[in-house]
Amino acid sequence: MRSRLLLLLLVVAGLLVAFAPLPVRPITPQERTFRVDARQFAYSPSELKVNPGDTVTIQLVSTDVVHGLYIDDYGLSVEADPGQTTTLTFVADQPGSFRFRCSITCGAMHPFMIGKLNVGENHWLYRSAGLAVLSVIGFFPFSSLVRTKSKEERAMAGNH
Amino acid sequence: MGRVELTRFPIIKSAVKNRWPQLAVFIVTLVGYLFAILAGLVGTPVGSRNFSIVFVWIAWWAILILVAVPFFGRGWCAVCPIPLPGEWLQRGAILAPPDKKPKWLNLRWPRALRNIWLQNISFLLLALFSSVLLTTPNITGIVLAAMLFAAIGLSAVFERRAFCRYLCPVGGFIGLYSQTAPIELRIKDKKVCVKCEGKPCYNGSSTSPTAPLSANTGYGCPWDVFPGGLTKNTYCGLCMECIRTCPYDNIAINLRPFSADLAKPSARMDEAFKAFIMLGSAMIYAGVLLGPWGVLKDVAYNVGTGAWLIYAMVFLAIIFIIMPSLFALCISRFGNLNAFKKRFATLSTALIPLGLMFWVAFSLSFVLANASYILASLSDPLGLGWNLLGTAKAAWQPMLTSILAPGQTLALVGGLVWSARTAQKASTEAQVSSVPVIAYSLLATLVMLWLLL
Repeated sequence: MRSRLLLLLLVVAGLLVAFAPLPVRPITPQERTFRVDARQFAYSPSELKVNPGDTVTIQLVSTDVVHGLYIDDYGLSVEADPGQTTTLTFVADQPGSFRFRCSITCGAMHPFMIGKLNVGENHWLYRSAGLAVLSVIGFFPFSSLVRTKSKEERAMAGNH
Repeated sequence: MGRVELTRFPIIKSAVKNRWPQLAVFIVTLVGYLFAILAGLVGTPVGSRNFSIVFVWIAWWAILILVAVPFFGRGWCAVCPIPLPGEWLQRGAILAPPDKKPKWLNLRWPRALRNIWLQNISFLLLALFSSVLLTTPNITGIVLAAMLFAAIGLSAVFERRAFCRYLCPVGGFIGLYSQTAPIELRIKDKKVCVKCEGKPCYNGSSTSPTAPLSANTGYGCPWDVFPGGLTKNTYCGLCMECIRTCPYDNIAINLRPFSADLAKPSARMDEAFKAFIMLGSAMIYAGVLLGPWGVLKDVAYNVGTGAWLIYAMVFLAIIFIIMPSLFALCISRFGNLNAFKKRFATLSTALIPLGLMFWVAFSLSFVLANASYILASLSDPLGLGWNLLGTAKAAWQPMLTSILAPGQTLALVGGLVWSARTAQKASTEAQVSSVPVIAYSLLATLVMLWLLL
C-alpha cells in the first residue's frame, strides 16, 4: 500500500516537473539579425539565442559549396550558393531548443552539419535534469519499500 | 514475472528446428551485405545517396539498436551473414550433415585471447575513425569486406566462429547489451544435460555423410558455448544449432523479464571495460557528431592530422582513464587490489542498461533526422541516376523531430532508473552501498542530457 502511494507521489511529482507551467518574464519582442557563415561542415555562429516572439532574420552566407539551413520543428529552410547570401525571416513563436541542419548534401560530414537555435531558456533540458534527479531521489525510498514488502511476503510464505 | 517457453509453441519450434527458414533469411542478409560492399566500392561517393551508408548506418543501425538488441538480444547475430561463407567452407557444406572431419586447420582459439579484449580494441579502432567510416561509402565498403574476409580467414585457421566470438566489433557490444533483452536460450533441465553422453549440443552429432540431416543431428555450438552451462546471453549467438542437435529436446527459447542476466553480475574486467567503452563512445559521439561544435567535427574527420591524433588520444583517455577513474573513485574503499577489481567489475554492470539507453537516445536523433534518405537510396542504391521505385528524388525531411527531445528524455531517465535498479542488485552482490554508483550514473545522464537536448 505504502509503496503504491509513494509511486503515485513520484509520478505526480514527475508530471509536475515535466509539464507544470513556469512563470514567464514579459519581454518585448525584438528584431534580431544573425549573419551565419556556412562552411563544410559547420555554421558560425553555431548557436543562436533569441527570445520568444522575436522576429529573427538569418542571413546565410556560404563560404565554400552550396549549403542549406533547416530548422527542426519550425520546418523552415533556406539555401545559399557559394559566396552568396540568402535571408530567412521568421517569428520565433515556439520556445525551446531546436537543431538546425544543412539541408543540401554538401560533402561527407553533411548529416552532422548541425547548429542550435535557443528560443528563450532551454526549459526542457532543465525539466529533464529535474526528472533525472527526482527519479534518483525517489528510487531509494521506493526500492526500499518494495524490498521490505517482498521480504515480508517471503516470510509469510515461509510461515505457511 | 516468470519465464514463458516460446519453443513450446509448435509454429515457433518448427521454425527454429528447421534450417530452411534461417537459411532463407541468411541469403537475404548475405545478398544485402555483398550489395552494400559493392555499393560502397563502386557507387556514388556521396554518402547520403549510397546504399552502403544509408542502409548500413541508418536503416540497419536503427533496427539493431532500437529494436533488435533491446528486445531480441543477439537476434541480429542469429541472421548475420558475416560468418556464413567461412562457416560453409569450414564445414564443407551448407546444409549437409556434419561428418566430424575438420575441413581446415580447426585449431583451438588461444587461451590468452579467450575474452573480449580484442572486440574492445576492434570496436575502438572503428570508433576512432567513425566520422570517416559513417560518411564515406568506399571506407564502409572496405570495412565490410575486411570483416567478411577476416571471418573467412579465422574460420580457416580456428574452429567454430572465432571471428564472431572474439573479434567482431559489433558482436562485442551486442553480447554485452543482450543481457538486458527479454529473450534467452537456456536448457530446460540440468539433470538431463548431466546424463547426456557425448554432449552433441557442444560437440555436434555426426551421421553418415550420405544420410539426410535429421531433426536431431547437427553441428556443435558454433559459438564455443556449452548450452548446459549458460547463465547469461553474452556469448550465445542464438544460432539455434543446439536446439536442433539436442537429442532430448532439452533446450528452449524463453521470454523472460528484462535484464534478468544482470541480477547475477559478471566480475570480468574485459566486460567491465566494454561497458565503459560503450557508455563513453555514446557520449563522445553525442558531442562530436550531434553537437553544434564544428571544430570537433573537423578534428574527428581529418584522420591522420595532428588535431585528429589529439582527438584520438582524448577519446581514449575519456574511455580508459577519466570515466573508469571517476567510477573507481566513487566505489573505492580500503582493501586489497583483487577485491577492488572484483568490486569494480561487478558494480560496472549498472552501466550496461545506462549505456544501452544512451545509444538509443543518440541513435533516435541521428536516425529520425536522416531516415528519409532510405527512400531515395532504395530507388537509386548506387547513386548512378536510376529511379527503380520512382522515389529517387524524394526530398530529405527530418522525421518526428517534435517528439525527439521527449523521447530522448524518456530513454535517458528510464535508463538511469534501470541502472539504479541494476546497481542495487550488483551492490548487494559486492556487499557495498549502491549510492556512489547511482550518483555516477546520474552524473553521466546529466552530461548526456546536456549534450543531446
